[in-house]
Amino acid sequence: MIFDIEVNGKTIKARRGEMILEALERNGIAIPTLCHMKGLSPSGACRMCVVEVEGVKELVTSCSQPVEEWMKITTHSPRVVHARKTIVELLLANHPDDCLYCVRNGMCELQDMASEHHIMERRFPGKRLQLKTDPSSSSLTRDPAKCILCGRCIRTCDEVMGITAIDFTHRGNQTIIGTTAGKGLNLSSCITCGQCIMACPTGALHEKEQLSLVQQALHRKDSYVTISYSPTLAVSIGEMLGLKSGKDLSGMLNAALRKAGFRKVFNNVAASDINISLVADLVVQRLKKGIRQPLFSSCCPAWVKMAEQFYPELLPQLTPVKSPQQLMGGLVKSYLVNAPGVRPDQIFHVAAMPCTAKKFEAQREEMTHKGISDVDAVLTTRELVRLIKLYGIHILQLEPEAADDPSAAGGFSSHVTGMSGGVAESVLRDVYFKLTGKEIALNKLGKLRSQKSYKELIVKAGPHEIGVAVVNGSMALRQTIASLKDRKDLLFIEVMACEGGCVAGGGQPLKSDEDDIRNRARALADLDSKATMRAAGKQQLIEPLQQGVNTLHPDTGWDALCKTIFAKRSVI
Amino acid sequence: MSTTSTTRAGKDEWLVGYLLDTTGQHSDQYAERLRILRNEKLDKPLITLLSGSCSQVHKVEDIETAIQHYLEDNQRDARLIRTACNGLCAFGPQMGIQLPGKYTLLLQKVDTGDVFDILDAALNYNADPEHILCQIPVRGAEPWPGIQLFSQLPMIQGQKRILMEWNGIINPEQIDAYIAHGGYRSFIKTIFNYPAARVCDLIEESGLRGRGGGGFPTGRKWKIALNAAADQKYLVCNADESDPGAYMDRELIEGNPHQVVEGIALAAYAIGASKAYIYLRHEYTLAIHRLETAVQQAKSLGLLGSNILDSGVSLNIQVVHSPGAFVCGEETALLNSMEGRRGMPRTKPPYPATRGLQGKPTVVNNVETLANITHIMAHGPRWFMDIGTGNSKGTKLFSLAGRVKYQGMVEVAMGTSLRDIVYRMAGGVKDDSNLKALHLGGPSGILLTPDELNTAVDYEDLKSLGAGMGSGGMIVLDEHACLVDTARFYMSFMQAESCGKCIPCREGSRRMLDILHSLTHRPANEAGHETLERFKGVMQLESLAQVMKDTSLCGLGQNAPNPLLSALTKFRDEFEEHIFDRKCRANVCRELRVFYIDVEKCTGCTLCARKCPYDAIIGSPQYPHFVVEEKCTGCGICQAVCKFSAVFIR
Repeated sequence: MIFDIEVNGKTIKARRGEMILEALERNGIAIPTLCHMKGLSPSGACRMCVVEVEGVKELVTSCSQPVEEWMKITTHSPRVVHARKTIVELLLANHPDDCLYCVRNGMCELQDMASEHHIMERRFPGKRLQLKTDPSSSSLTRDPAKCILCGRCIRTCDEVMGITAIDFTHRGNQTIIGTTAGKGLNLSSCITCGQCIMACPTGALHEKEQLSLVQQALHRKDSYVTISYSPTLAVSIGEMLGLKSGKDLSGMLNAALRKAGFRKVFNNVAASDINISLVADLVVQRLKKGIRQPLFSSCCPAWVKMAEQFYPELLPQLTPVKSPQQLMGGLVKSYLVNAPGVRPDQIFHVAAMPCTAKKFEAQREEMTHKGISDVDAVLTTRELVRLIKLYGIHILQLEPEAADDPSAAGGFSSHVTGMSGGVAESVLRDVYFKLTGKEIALNKLGKLRSQKSYKELIVKAGPHEIGVAVVNGSMALRQTIASLKDRKDLLFIEVMACEGGCVAGGGQPLKSDEDDIRNRARALADLDSKATMRAAGKQQLIEPLQQGVNTLHPDTGWDALCKTIFAKRSVI
Repeated sequence: MSTTSTTRAGKDEWLVGYLLDTTGQHSDQYAERLRILRNEKLDKPLITLLSGSCSQVHKVEDIETAIQHYLEDNQRDARLIRTACNGLCAFGPQMGIQLPGKYTLLLQKVDTGDVFDILDAALNYNADPEHILCQIPVRGAEPWPGIQLFSQLPMIQGQKRILMEWNGIINPEQIDAYIAHGGYRSFIKTIFNYPAARVCDLIEESGLRGRGGGGFPTGRKWKIALNAAADQKYLVCNADESDPGAYMDRELIEGNPHQVVEGIALAAYAIGASKAYIYLRHEYTLAIHRLETAVQQAKSLGLLGSNILDSGVSLNIQVVHSPGAFVCGEETALLNSMEGRRGMPRTKPPYPATRGLQGKPTVVNNVETLANITHIMAHGPRWFMDIGTGNSKGTKLFSLAGRVKYQGMVEVAMGTSLRDIVYRMAGGVKDDSNLKALHLGGPSGILLTPDELNTAVDYEDLKSLGAGMGSGGMIVLDEHACLVDTARFYMSFMQAESCGKCIPCREGSRRMLDILHSLTHRPANEAGHETLERFKGVMQLESLAQVMKDTSLCGLGQNAPNPLLSALTKFRDEFEEHIFDRKCRANVCRELRVFYIDVEKCTGCTLCARKCPYDAIIGSPQYPHFVVEEKCTGCGICQAVCKFSAVFIR
């Protein structure tokens, strides 16, 4: 039911059941918020969204008060503006004056609030809480001194992700956001997905910085630095360079990275293709053996950590195949760098990903063999853009170049693995081919690309029935796992911790909205539709690599390069 | 009516029959037994020890042992019961001695050493005048000559003791005594005769308003919950009393827990709740014990449980031990705490009456509010409306503390003047000094000037002075109190108890405390412009206070600035003395004290210099000593040790 209310002297339309904030925003009236999270119930913690409602003594928070016909609202009266300004000043009074040295300089909601409210002096001198940073996690750094206690990270971890690794601890002015028993994040149940970083308005949460490691490697005379980036990253970095979301910059990226000093530049889509093929082989094997129990994907390291912590009984069902990132690293270190006089220990391989959990994955014990790590450093999308800017590269003015072998041939077909449903779809395609010798019609698979939190598809492949399912987000996993794990009709289940898939990963550009994420996915789908090599071409890709690796490394070989293990993990 | 519940104690079954006889047509059957339960027909002396939680301070254990020794040594037989405080805290330890056929003697300030003499006299019908405070009438018994009645005590005159009537007299751990005094009749009569909606109507008509400080019309809140459609509703009794100095709810629970239980039962029935919880702070160990015992006794008698006495009404009451945070007294924080979450308030709307515990309609009522219900149902709303003022009906409990002659608990009709309470019932200011300010309402309350003492106890009258009635804590301050320090104390309390959810309260209270701290303490380095900083600070206090009141999420933040704002407005000169003159006229702010040594009196004994923890005194032996102002922190050790009274505060 729609009715009129009066706001700032004008009449606007409001809907029964909505909050004042929604009605105002729909009518183009901007109200500042800090603790508001779209789609979740109002928190009421920051008090920034207060408005004056005639007849009500206190100021009313527009995020939590439903609209009513009798309301006469003033959104920017002197009393309201003074209250909002004071609230921001109070936050600044307990905040380090560190803007110039902060990772969020220029991208910080507190900075925005301070300038929007014309704060020109430090009105509240006084002691600040001295809090130590928590650098324990390999993927995230927590800086509680910069935390404004808006609670968005907690709600993300609890209500969106279903992990609940962090919560408010202590009380009042001593409140800090912490883990169970106040231990480091690395000991907690954090799955390193980085979604909390995406929710954080300030620099209190950011990825573990590895850009300086990469810089050092680039500057070392005897290092041979290589990089492999995810296609998801290539369709996302444009947003941080002033472009509209959804442009694929992989060609320019190849040129830019070479200019920055990387000796070899790979597009990770090739490793993705290899990974999918290996997984499809396992699926077919189990099918032929008559094992009626689904396999789970293992390319999402946050999901892997979640399984190791909470569902160790599922570990035997996780595909023991290294993720594309790690596969590429292994290939680079053992085969792809064919330069004379370059020892494997001189190669420094960087992976650039839309993900923070990949930093955790790269340092897992099993990813280092005899002192040589598959991947030496992982940069998020955000860090990679910093690197490009750091070296003064005008990426948008460069001529596109092709990436290095094996991906130079281009045209690979697993770009869609960057969106939810993409891995399952890719595996399904390969399995179909391996069973029937034919390529499946792509228009049959659209169901898997929807935004739903759970999707499944069963197709006939000759005498067989291939069932795949997609679990879209760690919360969805929590809700569906009980019925899923013993399904006899599903062969493969894709699990992504981040809802929407890697396009919405924890390492992606901040301040993006649903449209941006949709556009990135669409760009990946576009690349997929232009792909020339399908399931049929996989053998041509894999065979030479397999032979080459086995020749160079007769004792370990291809198997050792591709396989990985999982183990139960104890967390607090 | 069939009464075949297996939980009922066999020997008390007649009590149930008595309760079910709602029209009273069979009252003769029960009259004798009730008289005995009411101690109107004693076969031997009854000795009552009036003590609640204060019993440990008053060493009541020792007094009890002494009584038992006396009885053994003298082969006398007497019944000994422990009740609770009757509100005359300043006269404790109190003891009641009731001999068969005589009014009860109430003795004051009984020491363990006095017990033998007291009992020797009293048990031989010889009232020892030294300890006697008054006598309490007993129906059908004789008064003692020459001893004033309880109701004639100046402290009691002027009170209207409805809720406190049986405090100190009734055994709180005996349900049959409560029933004999009329308890649970309202409950049984109501569930068999009135539909829930009618009960809500009656309570709304009576004008009862929330006693926790909010003053919201109780009947109206109940109706919202009653009319909300849900498969489960809850009644929660908020017994998380945490105002420093307030103990009204504790007195009610320790003294007459069944009165509270019956009120809860009636309230739960009125809103259609089959489950009730009492959120009781865990520090109140005696109250927890007494309340849990009362609930258990009511259950055993069949007054709680499923299908109570075949009425079709079901109700279970559970006592929940609150972990103890001031903010959990806020109803939505309380509900969060009960659900196992952090005690942080929720946004309102939705209000608990619509969506509360586990998302179900929940009414949260204060203990004192609920204690009134049984009386209103017994005597009718009209009776209640005749007590009090136009918009504030009934009585209110107040706990008096601070610089009064008689600290304690009083119950007065609404409309009584504050002056009456302080000067008549509490005996006036201690040592007959002048009242500087009256603090009403705890950390959310205000300071009142002596002129404002003519104000009546009335929700609206008190609100017009700047803050509401509060839950009932009243603290009298004289020249020994520094009002700037008082404001700082309450702000530090609120700052420590703030849950931390919302910015204005969490950060604002911190900054206000910093400013108040700078007024009452010496800064680290006394640079020239500190005075200006302090002055600016006070300007900011007022501005910050307004933002906190305007925008805080819950009552804690909204009311935290009250003591400060009232002190600033009404006692500004004290603030200015602290800012500009760096003087605390009450000598409470230690760091503002500067000591100096009178050279005429000082003998140079060097004792003060040796004792000074800050090496702030210099001087040679035999020569007058000197206090170095910059180092002196005002601790006062020098003044305490000087044998020649040579040390003074400047």
